[in-house]
Amino acid sequence: MNNNPYLPELATVQEVITETGNIRTLRLTLDNKESMEKFTFRPGQVGQLSVFGTGESTFVINSPPTRRDYLQFSVMKAGEVTSRIHQLNAGDQVGLRAPLGNGFGFEEMKGHDILFVGGGIGMAPLRTLLLYMIDNRADYGDITVIYGARSPKDMCYTYEFEEWRAGGVNLVLTVDAEFPGWKERVGFVPTVLNEEAPSPNNRIAVVCGPPIMIKFVLFNLKELGYEDPQIITTLEKRMKCGIGICGRCNAGSKYVCLDGPVFSYDQIRAMGGEL
Amino acid sequence: MAVKIFIAADRLDSVLEKLSTKIDLWIPALLKDDKSGPTGFVQYTPGITPAFDRQTTMPLKKLLLPQEETLLRFKYQKDPEGSLKTTIALDDPKEARPTLVFGARSCDVRALVTLDRVFANGPYVDPYYVQRRKNTLFATLVCGQTDSKCFCSSVGGGPADMEGSHLRIVRLEDGYLVEALSKDAQPLLADLAEAPDKSRDQLAAKLVKEASKRQVGDLDTKDCAPAFRNRFQQNDYWASMVSQCLSCGVCTYVCPTCYCFSITDETRNLEGERLRSWDSCMFYHYTLEASGHNPRPTKLERYRNRVGHKFSYIPERYEGLLGCCGCGRCIRSCPVNIDIRQVVGNLKENSNEQ
Repeated sequence: MNNNPYLPELATVQEVITETGNIRTLRLTLDNKESMEKFTFRPGQVGQLSVFGTGESTFVINSPPTRRDYLQFSVMKAGEVTSRIHQLNAGDQVGLRAPLGNGFGFEEMKGHDILFVGGGIGMAPLRTLLLYMIDNRADYGDITVIYGARSPKDMCYTYEFEEWRAGGVNLVLTVDAEFPGWKERVGFVPTVLNEEAPSPNNRIAVVCGPPIMIKFVLFNLKELGYEDPQIITTLEKRMKCGIGICGRCNAGSKYVCLDGPVFSYDQIRAMGGEL
Repeated sequence: MAVKIFIAADRLDSVLEKLSTKIDLWIPALLKDDKSGPTGFVQYTPGITPAFDRQTTMPLKKLLLPQEETLLRFKYQKDPEGSLKTTIALDDPKEARPTLVFGARSCDVRALVTLDRVFANGPYVDPYYVQRRKNTLFATLVCGQTDSKCFCSSVGGGPADMEGSHLRIVRLEDGYLVEALSKDAQPLLADLAEAPDKSRDQLAAKLVKEASKRQVGDLDTKDCAPAFRNRFQQNDYWASMVSQCLSCGVCTYVCPTCYCFSITDETRNLEGERLRSWDSCMFYHYTLEASGHNPRPTKLERYRNRVGHKFSYIPERYEGLLGCCGCGRCIRSCPVNIDIRQVVGNLKENSNEQ
């Protein structure tokens, strides 16, 4: 990154993938070849993506640092910037300030079994860590992924599921209700979690999804015997500067943009503040 | 050797005029042609009458953190193949000109200790702020005009506190004694006025000594963080403190240490700029997320956050530093008389009762 933290680097959209009705994935490369070659980050770190003239928003880099052909972002259409991002095509230029934030503690997770619990677009931040682990498979024990969406049409990364399974992942897919042709599980994520009941022994759970899912998943994880430090999630806030200065994304004395977005549940309890 | 001068009251205008040829000079003055109207810091031009007799209505933060500034400019250009290519250029933060603020008060300058920690001391450094900060000197008035809203001594300052100042101004009956406190400020005083005579020098020293002993405000600001945390969930407490709040945001607007900002793009045709502008945590939209979720949806959470930021979060984050300079502007300007001293003072009172 250059020495002005507000100055984005120019990047070009290489590919746009339509994931669902309101989620698109962008694959970018930095225009400056040297920057692209030198670009390093931790799984879970984020970037401020700008469309000049509309503004910036924060998204996790959901490709892993082990795969360097492009940087990937998945964007759900929600507000002004995300709507503009959805209009982008291959060849369009954007701005990128990255990497920002803390990322996952993947070093401490080594030697552990891992449970990913994702809902909807919440799979995006999990994907970077999941692929990193697949690319370093020997470092981790069992990897179970429980991924749910409202319907099969609302599921991201469906084209990769076979690759995940081939990479040694116990992938449990679920949708909220029966759907023609759907051969995987049916039921809400927290329910499927209870049915699977992955042992908390030597395991880290990484959870991301809509607030209501998080609430019940958290409750069920505790029932299954998981302790707060074993449960990791990523927080979201409205952000502007992305570097811990502008003031708005605080929860207690922590800035989600700088100290997060990845926190364990004991950290979240300790920080207090509004979520 | 200390460099001191005495500026006779009737020579103030000519001395300021001469000073303004050496450096960009900013002074406290009326903002409108109305003697009882608001005051603030303005760039000196001959004929402007300084308002040294009272604290300014507006703080001096705009000199270091303008209410609105351009961070960068961008332009889309069509290439021969018809596709749009982007160029972006930084708005050069090196443009800051050497500036002297003449006549701010201890509280005004002390506020910069907080801003410096946030903007200049990492982990990320804000180059726009730092460039202006490096180029700004402060000639600070030893304060003799405190009122019932002032509480600078409660937050680590005091009427004669010179932390962050380069020159000290002592107001005498017939003029001003100005003393350089740092080497880089000494050249500014050359050829401006005579050195003070012994009696004025002694009188000024006595006034400084008296001012430095004065205790302004009796708010206990020690260890507010645990008390704040204790109160955090007590909605009745916060509701009783802010029930009359109008969410107008004037407390953040006049606050020398409130620095929160927004970043927005402005564009016309194929070019535009990215702007930074003051924002306020008192506003609903400040934390409103695109999903519709708002972590601080009512004035209760918003005011609680303002108090928490200044007296709990900043101290926790930055080694005990307070996010308040005790100037009292938020108390003076509040249209519904909310007094932050009362809110902070009561944090520790019977905090376990509900």
